[in-house]
Amino acid sequence: MISILLVLFTSIACFFSMYFIGYKTVALLLLMTVSVLAMLFDILPVLIAAVLSALVWNFFFIPPIFTFHISNTEDLLMFLLYFVIALVNAVLTFKIRKEEKKARDKEEKEKTIKLYNTLLNSLSHELRTPISTIIGSVDSLKISNEKISSVNQLELLNQIDIASIRLNRQVENLLNMSRLETGILKPSIDWCDTNELVNSVIQKQIFNHHQTIIFEPNEQLPLFKFDRGLIEQVLQNLLHNAINYTPQNSIIKIVASQQSNYCIISVSDNGNGIPENEMQYLFDKFYRLPQSKTGGSGLGLSIVKGFVEAHQGQVYVKNNKDKGTIFTIKIPSEISYTNYLKNE
Amino acid sequence: MNKAEILIIDDEPPIRKLLEITLESNDYKVWQAETGKEGIILAANHPPELILLDIGLPDKSGHEILKELRTWYNKAIIILSVLNNEADIVAALDNGATDYLTKPFRNAELLARIRSAIRKNQTNNNERKIICGDLEIDIIARVVSKNNQFLKLTATEYNLLLLFAKNEGRVLTHQYILKEIWGVGAQTETQYLRVFVGTLRKKIETNPNQPKHLFTESGVGYRFI
Repeated sequence: MISILLVLFTSIACFFSMYFIGYKTVALLLLMTVSVLAMLFDILPVLIAAVLSALVWNFFFIPPIFTFHISNTEDLLMFLLYFVIALVNAVLTFKIRKEEKKARDKEEKEKTIKLYNTLLNSLSHELRTPISTIIGSVDSLKISNEKISSVNQLELLNQIDIASIRLNRQVENLLNMSRLETGILKPSIDWCDTNELVNSVIQKQIFNHHQTIIFEPNEQLPLFKFDRGLIEQVLQNLLHNAINYTPQNSIIKIVASQQSNYCIISVSDNGNGIPENEMQYLFDKFYRLPQSKTGGSGLGLSIVKGFVEAHQGQVYVKNNKDKGTIFTIKIPSEISYTNYLKNE
Repeated sequence: MNKAEILIIDDEPPIRKLLEITLESNDYKVWQAETGKEGIILAANHPPELILLDIGLPDKSGHEILKELRTWYNKAIIILSVLNNEADIVAALDNGATDYLTKPFRNAELLARIRSAIRKNQTNNNERKIICGDLEIDIIARVVSKNNQFLKLTATEYNLLLLFAKNEGRVLTHQYILKEIWGVGAQTETQYLRVFVGTLRKKIETNPNQPKHLFTESGVGYRFI
């Protein structure tokens, strides 16, 4: 459609300027139009444009104008040549574009393979480390009870415990990721007490951490409707990151609020912040900041993004003005002001 | 006293071994079945005090076995599931499961669930008083006290607390609670439940931000301890 319009437009423009440029130049201009179209569109519209422009040129420009009749041999030859050149032009450009697409696809495929390799590397590390710990500790405990002090036996048991929890966490991440990838994720939405949710996420941080976590329940907060399990996972991942990637004695602050029809929860810290040029990759699958400490699969934040987007929500990250990073999730939600019930 | 008998229906040998050792060392007598069919026959020949039923069995879905068992077996059934799938758990609870545990679970948690489920088997409904830690509910006088101080509860808060206390240690689904407290028509009104659980926590918990009595089971319901 656009190609036909463009041919007609060029023709009309040429028609009015015919006194200055002569009908042979018009042929070149029309050819150029067809070439431009070939760069932009698929083969079919280009072929149509080629045929149409040939006919238009014949009808409106080759004397005698307003007929398809061509009076002299030179013009006839030119018309035929025009027709052939336009078609060749269209087909050639189409072929080039096809090749380009092939090259692009190949590049894409290589990128996927590279990503897949990164995945395998980080995964095998993330899964094998705890498995090695478990196998090794069990071996030590099995072999001899006399050679290992009871304190060290207990220590090995603790290591098995920690490794199992880590393993379980990674498996959960992978399962969540595959739920997202296969597109079967459907939030089951129900009323939630966000204050209670945040409190329980903080309670579930079972591992020792050396940061202070601050959360003041917001008494004015209405109930929101979202999938509690998914948002719990989102907050867990954000908090887990804040704890893992900030120095000891950092302060982590969680704030829950309401802005019109949105539930807004932010997790901020006063750690070292994130380099601005890395921000854009932060939510990519398997992406980890260069020089970040070992451990971690690069899945946490991509799951955060996936789960929030499953709610049609958004997640933002920026560095705080003074120090550290702030992650904010914004979830559109129905709102229930049933607080009056409290005074039954 | 006779040892309470527990039937394990699970197709995974390592899980059965683990459960066997854990339960026997806690003075339970353990029976084992590898398939649903075998489990149903064992339970019929020798009804146990409690059944631990894996929901993902090879021969029949645990949901079907649960339904079949529930046509005649009225003691406790605890569902074991690897799926952290709330819909699945809620379906099992609605089909008559007493409680659930998701694998991996902690032994202390398993034992607590078993204790409370077996207690439920033996509860008579003529109790005058229910005592849970620092809370005391006087059912006849309809008063609640915490550390010997009377608490001012509204009628709904009291009914809710009583329902929880009568099912101490067991998970109650949203649907079940709504039906019991607000009646059959109110089963979608989860926002009331959220608000009343919030106000109840403020009254019965020492620190409502870190509840020690009333726990949320994400996507499933609440558990009172």
